[in-house]
Amino acid sequence: MKKDIVLAGVGGQGILSIAAIIGIAAVNSNLYLKQAEVHGMSQRGGDVQSNLRLSDKEIASDLIPFGKADIILSVEPMEALRYLPMLAPDGWLITNTNPFNNIPDYPDMDKLLNKIKSLPYNVAINADQIAKDAGSVRTMNIVMLGAASPFLNIDYNILENTIKDFFAKKGDKIIEMNLKALKAGRDFVDNK
Amino acid sequence: MQKLILLGDEALAQGAIDAGMSGIYAYPGTPSTEITEYVQNSKQAKELNIRSKWSANEKTAMEASLGMSYAGKRAMVCMKHVGLNVAADPFMNSAITGANGGLVVVSADDPSMHSSQNEQDSRFFGKFAMIPVLEPSNQQEAYDMGHYGFELSEKFHIPVLIRLTTRLSHSRANVVRKPVRKQNPYKIADNPRQYVLLPALSRKRYKVLLKEQIDFEKEAETSPFNWYSEGENKKLGIITSGIAYNYLMEVFPENSCPYPILKISQYPLPVNMIKKIEEECDELLFLEEGAPLIEEMVKGVLSKGLNIRGRLDGTIPRDGELNPNIVAKALNREYEIKYDLPDIIAGRPPQLCDGCPHTDTYLALNEAIEGLSRDRVFSDIGCYTLGALPPLEAINSCVDMGASINMAKGAADAGLFPSIAVIGDSTFTHSGMTGLLDAVNENSTITVFILDNATTAMTGGQKSSALGRIEQICIGLGVDKNHIRVITPLKNQHEKNVAVIKEEIYYKGVSVIIPRRECVQTLKKRMKAKKK
Ligand SMILES: Cc1ncc(C[n+]2csc(CCOP(=O)(O)OP(=O)(O)O)c2C)c(N)n1
Ligand code: SF4
Repeated sequence: MKKDIVLAGVGGQGILSIAAIIGIAAVNSNLYLKQAEVHGMSQRGGDVQSNLRLSDKEIASDLIPFGKADIILSVEPMEALRYLPMLAPDGWLITNTNPFNNIPDYPDMDKLLNKIKSLPYNVAINADQIAKDAGSVRTMNIVMLGAASPFLNIDYNILENTIKDFFAKKGDKIIEMNLKALKAGRDFVDNK
Repeated sequence: MQKLILLGDEALAQGAIDAGMSGIYAYPGTPSTEITEYVQNSKQAKELNIRSKWSANEKTAMEASLGMSYAGKRAMVCMKHVGLNVAADPFMNSAITGANGGLVVVSADDPSMHSSQNEQDSRFFGKFAMIPVLEPSNQQEAYDMGHYGFELSEKFHIPVLIRLTTRLSHSRANVVRKPVRKQNPYKIADNPRQYVLLPALSRKRYKVLLKEQIDFEKEAETSPFNWYSEGENKKLGIITSGIAYNYLMEVFPENSCPYPILKISQYPLPVNMIKKIEEECDELLFLEEGAPLIEEMVKGVLSKGLNIRGRLDGTIPRDGELNPNIVAKALNREYEIKYDLPDIIAGRPPQLCDGCPHTDTYLALNEAIEGLSRDRVFSDIGCYTLGALPPLEAINSCVDMGASINMAKGAADAGLFPSIAVIGDSTFTHSGMTGLLDAVNENSTITVFILDNATTAMTGGQKSSALGRIEQICIGLGVDKNHIRVITPLKNQHEKNVAVIKEEIYYKGVSVIIPRRECVQTLKKRMKAKKK
């Protein structure tokens, strides 16, 4: 089993939390893990990405080769496409469709969505809306994690338990909200 | 033992803690910051009373670590690559004094300049100082070298340099720990005179260092971190170091590489191992993260005149970091890339946060110098450097920490008036104070903005050594009290701030303006912590 995942978004959107939760869940599933992330300059409202690699064998490179990513998981539609050359021919692009527009030349939304939907394996989901319905827009990243969960080869139970641990310090209410967000993302994909 | 998931930086820190380190000294800098932060946040380190506060700059950090080593204890000093330029004087001389307690210098390089002004390769500094250099290829080696670095240092009484690179520093993987060693007791060196670098004594010490080169090389020949792996296809031999080794393993999964490989993670170069691969192979390929250091050295000593491929002949790009695709291409095993980058994608450069105090300072400054050219504003390194980009375009230089004040002074000396420097609070205490003294001593006509956001924001909000001291420092350096002006960078103070700036930039002497308002990110963090 090997999963190479590119996580994408804008600084502050919570992709490192997604990476951390998948990472802990993977280790709890006795998998090897490598996760390269970006710190420093690029975090101030710029594009950020993380290379997350899971495998039942030892992993060599910290970076995923271009053309080999099994999944691009993005919390922002334009950022999803920024890493498209990394995607394997049979890889999945899973993205939030809600734009984070903090630049003057943000591309046309229809063009973006058309490009995303033209890919043979894609999941496009309005995760901000689903998160709002589930209780708080701040759980958007966890909705995206839920949407990616069928593709991860990690038991859904283990993901749930990891979320419980991850948010343990924040109290039961926050845990419940995030579990609900996870489920909502998962249901969206299951019902598609 | 316990299994941990750690960043390369954190693995090295945990290794050093477990190796009986007594103190870590550092000034923050990407990608090295997380080493020291890990120690600062470690319960184990707290219980062991390991010293870990931030230093004012890399030079003070390096010298303090040398002092701790002098007193017999194990010390680590950490910095980003350009920090080693600042610490270069004590660093180079520490190779002559030698070490008493284990002394490990860590320099984290940033090839591809993700967050840096250049991509200099710290291994050159190790070679320059003629000390052993370790270059971990993965997180486990980073941990192990935390142990081994101190051992090596104490075995030869010499500082050891550990070189990290961004992709290892900032990538997480599983790490297995070793048993914890006790810290050293306080014990001054047997021969404390070795630290007196008067010429007559230095010459003796230098001869010792020269003699030890053979021992360092022997150590590298037998190092557990250097190895030769046989391959049946001798048309090509591959010499690789540090993290580049992983990319090679990625390209040939499950040890399927048909060529002989020499993997190097400890320097000086293991010459016999290099001779072996040279003898055996028809051609050599060099895979190094950073500069072609090994490639150039080997090229210089090859006797068989082999064909050499690497960064020098263009097989590998001359600049920028490696990745599996670059390595695959060099070996004619390119990955299939199905999708191109869509052309509708726009760049998303980093920018100042909403509500950042620097923005209000720049808006006031831009207005105050309206009608004058903006090329009179020199700046420095920090979040505020982003003020060079549109829409503010307020500043015109960013060279090295502290340069703004001296460049403004030099330009003023050449006739520029008004001449303005903009420097962050942490950068000011890092390297700005001496420049301000020069300006005061000559009564230079410059205005220095010291942006007091109460933190070292760019690297994640570490405590600034300047906190609560800026006015006192300026007065102490001789700046006229009447020309030290504190303003509050807020929209509703804009007119007032513009007026103050206009007054001071036309003053014929050194004036200081201190825009004071906390970074919104650290403010948020503080408020959150308070609520808990
Ligand atoms: C010699 C050197 N050390 C460290 C760094 C990394 N670095 C860049 S900016 C910065 C912090 C600047 O803090 P401050 O001056 O307070 O400005 P702020 O980011 O808070 O606006 C650091 C540590 C560097 N570029 N060069
Ligand atoms: S982190 Fe602080 S100093 Fe840096 S841009 Fe944001 S608000 Fe400004």
